[in-house]
Amino acid sequence: MSDAALPHPTPVEAPRTTSDGWLKRALASDLFYSFRRSKLTVAAAVVTLLFFLLAIFAPLLSPQNPFDPAQLQLLNSRIAPLWTADGQSPFLLGTDEQGRDVLSAILYGLRISLLVGILGVVFSGVLGIGLGLVAGYFGGRVDTVIMRIADVQLTFPPILIALLVNGIAKSASGNHLEWLSMLGVLVLAIGLSFWVQYARTVRSSVLVEKNKDYVAAAQLIGLPAPVIMLRHVLPNTTGPVLVIATINLALAIITEATLSFLGSGMPETMPSLGTLIRIGNNYLFAGEWWIVAFPGIALAGLILAINLLGDWLRDALNPKLR
Amino acid sequence: MLAFTLRRAIQAIGVMIAVGIIAFAMFRFAGDPVSQLVAIDASSAERAQIRQSLGLDDPFIVQFGRYLFDAAQFKFGVSYQFRQPVSDLLKERMPATLELAVCATILALFFGIIMGVFSALRRDSLMAKLFQMVSLIGISLPTFLIGILLIYLFSVTLGWLPSFGRGDTVKLGWWTTGLLTVSGWKALIMPSITLGLFQMTLIMRLVRAEMLEVLRTDYIRFARARGLTTRAIHFGHALRNTLVPVITVVGLQFGSVIAFSIITEQVFQWPGMGLLFVQAVQNVDIPIMAAYLMMVSLIFVTINLVVDILYTVVDPRLRATISRPA
Amino acid sequence: MTAPVLSVRNLQVEFETRRGTLRAIDGVSWDIAKGEVLGVVGESGAGKSVTGLAVIGLIDRPGRISGGEILLSGLRIDNLPPEEMRKVRGKRIGMIFQDPLTSLNPLYRVGDQIIETIKTHTNLTDQQARKRAIDLLAEVGIPAPEKRIDGYPHEFSGGMRQRVVIALALCAEPELIIADEPTTALDVSVQAQIISLIKRLGRDHGTAVMLVTHDMGVIAETCDRVAVMYAGRVAEIGPVQEVIKNPLHPYAKGLMGAIPTLAGEDKRLVQIPGSMPRLSAIPPGCSFNPRCGAAFDRCRIDRPEPLRQGTQAVACHLYDRATETAA
Repeated sequence: MSDAALPHPTPVEAPRTTSDGWLKRALASDLFYSFRRSKLTVAAAVVTLLFFLLAIFAPLLSPQNPFDPAQLQLLNSRIAPLWTADGQSPFLLGTDEQGRDVLSAILYGLRISLLVGILGVVFSGVLGIGLGLVAGYFGGRVDTVIMRIADVQLTFPPILIALLVNGIAKSASGNHLEWLSMLGVLVLAIGLSFWVQYARTVRSSVLVEKNKDYVAAAQLIGLPAPVIMLRHVLPNTTGPVLVIATINLALAIITEATLSFLGSGMPETMPSLGTLIRIGNNYLFAGEWWIVAFPGIALAGLILAINLLGDWLRDALNPKLR
Repeated sequence: MLAFTLRRAIQAIGVMIAVGIIAFAMFRFAGDPVSQLVAIDASSAERAQIRQSLGLDDPFIVQFGRYLFDAAQFKFGVSYQFRQPVSDLLKERMPATLELAVCATILALFFGIIMGVFSALRRDSLMAKLFQMVSLIGISLPTFLIGILLIYLFSVTLGWLPSFGRGDTVKLGWWTTGLLTVSGWKALIMPSITLGLFQMTLIMRLVRAEMLEVLRTDYIRFARARGLTTRAIHFGHALRNTLVPVITVVGLQFGSVIAFSIITEQVFQWPGMGLLFVQAVQNVDIPIMAAYLMMVSLIFVTINLVVDILYTVVDPRLRATISRPA
Repeated sequence: MTAPVLSVRNLQVEFETRRGTLRAIDGVSWDIAKGEVLGVVGESGAGKSVTGLAVIGLIDRPGRISGGEILLSGLRIDNLPPEEMRKVRGKRIGMIFQDPLTSLNPLYRVGDQIIETIKTHTNLTDQQARKRAIDLLAEVGIPAPEKRIDGYPHEFSGGMRQRVVIALALCAEPELIIADEPTTALDVSVQAQIISLIKRLGRDHGTAVMLVTHDMGVIAETCDRVAVMYAGRVAEIGPVQEVIKNPLHPYAKGLMGAIPTLAGEDKRLVQIPGSMPRLSAIPPGCSFNPRCGAAFDRCRIDRPEPLRQGTQAVACHLYDRATETAA
């Protein structure tokens, strides 16, 4: 049975004379259509946007600067949320053991989590796309080496690689890292853990393009093949790379949070969401649930929203799954 | 078949040597082993003497060779923190991690396959949507949050289950097991769920996607055209073809489960290799880190090898291409 | 007079898409008698395969049969409950798909797939079913069937696999076989063997055959009658010799003109200008009118119904007496 005989459910490819601009618009409108159709996706986009805004405007929204030790008073430590019997203004979500306002800490922690996540994704993306291009274009031994490394690395979970990178960095610095270099180490660890998927996607796309006639034609008229291929390969991989990046953003945030939770991430003086959960976990048995609960909810909500977006993007860009 | 197995085995050894280089580089160059072992006020003569006794002045290749040779005999040096041979520490901790990982994998497989098959066959049912939600939450909730949530519910609030440790264990030779005592089982429940949830989600999604893919194939359509019962098509033809790739992934994932248990072990203070590793990272105990890397890699590589061979047993097409002399 | 094995009456099949309902089949009618081979020919997308799937009840969502009826030896089958229809499939209607490479489950032995089908539709024991499977393989021309029965599909060549597929379709001695482009995926040298096999089996067992193809050569060689489909409708139907020698519908004329013949080497092959409309943009009136050289006003307004012309039936206003008198 040939599928060609079945009526095509999406007559998107209507005119034969498809110009690039038209195709793009059609894709955009299709994407937009499936976006609008899914209420869950719209909600996820709104929530994600909200988290970003909260992070960006954290200094304006927070009652205190949780990173400034001068503003913390031990007198205010471990206060329950405002609506409970023991609540105190202005600590809406209560305070932790250092007298830090949980709400402010979440807003500032969100900044760090998002910053590390985004930088990590960008770093892994650049690394992966670059290595994928190199592997696909040069082929041969270079390709073999890069893809072997990728194969081996893919069998190791990112968290293990990130922990190792972290441990080595700590050891090299004699276990004393400034918060800024800690941030750098986290980005490095995440970047090195997540590049493989990009590399594989880009490489296979390069391999497909490499054998096409236009590359040979371009070479014949004296155009440098790499430039020509880049122009075709990168647009072809935009979709998959976007999907990988979105899903990896969620993974990167989880990885950062996990590292911080394990005590190998942001220090307690500059807490990310993971660090806050680590701190709060110590007070769970004392019944002080709010120190862990609210950062946990924020983290889970953020990741859930990004994952929903990623899921939708993957389904929308992959017609096979529709 | 033998040639294939051999080739894979050689590849596996290659990977182990590569990991060995990384582990050795960490061991040797990340931090100075001497300063970890001597007092801060030790004289340079003392230091030189220790360098000598550790063989740190030998050529690189000799040191590497010695490291690999020792590692092959499970000698990984002495922990900086505990001043004990690393291999003893790992041996003591391994049973806890393996019992946890196996238990979590069985849970994940059982529920993952059932939920995946169900949501593929009844795509639009309410139950399938519920499973999809559960799977999304399973992927979105970081492992440690799930663990904390479970502890708060079942230990802090309800007081039903222990929040940390393995419970009572029984010694069987050098292996300690928690599976022979009630408290051991009780202690195993929450960590297994925590560790298995992510894998379950993964298996469920994979089974669902694979099954939907298989249900679209021509041979399923042909099977329907032959009038086979729905039951025979779904559970005879479709499921079997679905499970081939699932076996691979689950096999490969078992290594990840062991590595992921780092987080679970930290949350539940489960006395396994993962907890040891986290402490090692925090305290920059390089010999333990290097040894853990080698151990986990060994487990990965072994599993990879077993999965590759298993795969050929399940799929006759592969068996044919492999047994045919190249 | 007995009822025809297959009788399709004014069949309509629709597909729900997010851009509206598409009608893939619109008013198809034909009969196939016992032992008769009906060829169904047309461009891809004309609705040939969908008709076949509708007959065997395998139209999946978002498609559905939205009108008309299908009778198998006088019994209506298009509205049977799913479980009843399942018992019809494979037992009373056999189906052969296009690609033998993908029609067989790669993980099961060929014999197991045949035995499974036999046991689904009969009460034979394992032993008897296995014996019947070997007989079937022998009948479709597979050498050393008692050995090959334990082979896996990948151990068979394309032609041999299609023979296995045919054996599977024959398991329960069906009254009707639907062959959907059974030779398209095969080597040219193998095609003729498979076609003659289908023809021989149809004759030996008195099975009615619905042969879907776009290959006029196959039609000419194999079929008793032929239906020319265009955009989900039957343009012309009649005895194969008549339709080939004397096509009436302008589309059929074009189609026959596109067949190369050995005799007329000096004649240029005729091409039909344009392409078949997409289902979402079928023009009003006769769906062929934009491409038809003989189209006139009425073709753009009225939809032509099939008209009897001797042994043929044709859906074209050129043959309508009302048109003749008006002109």
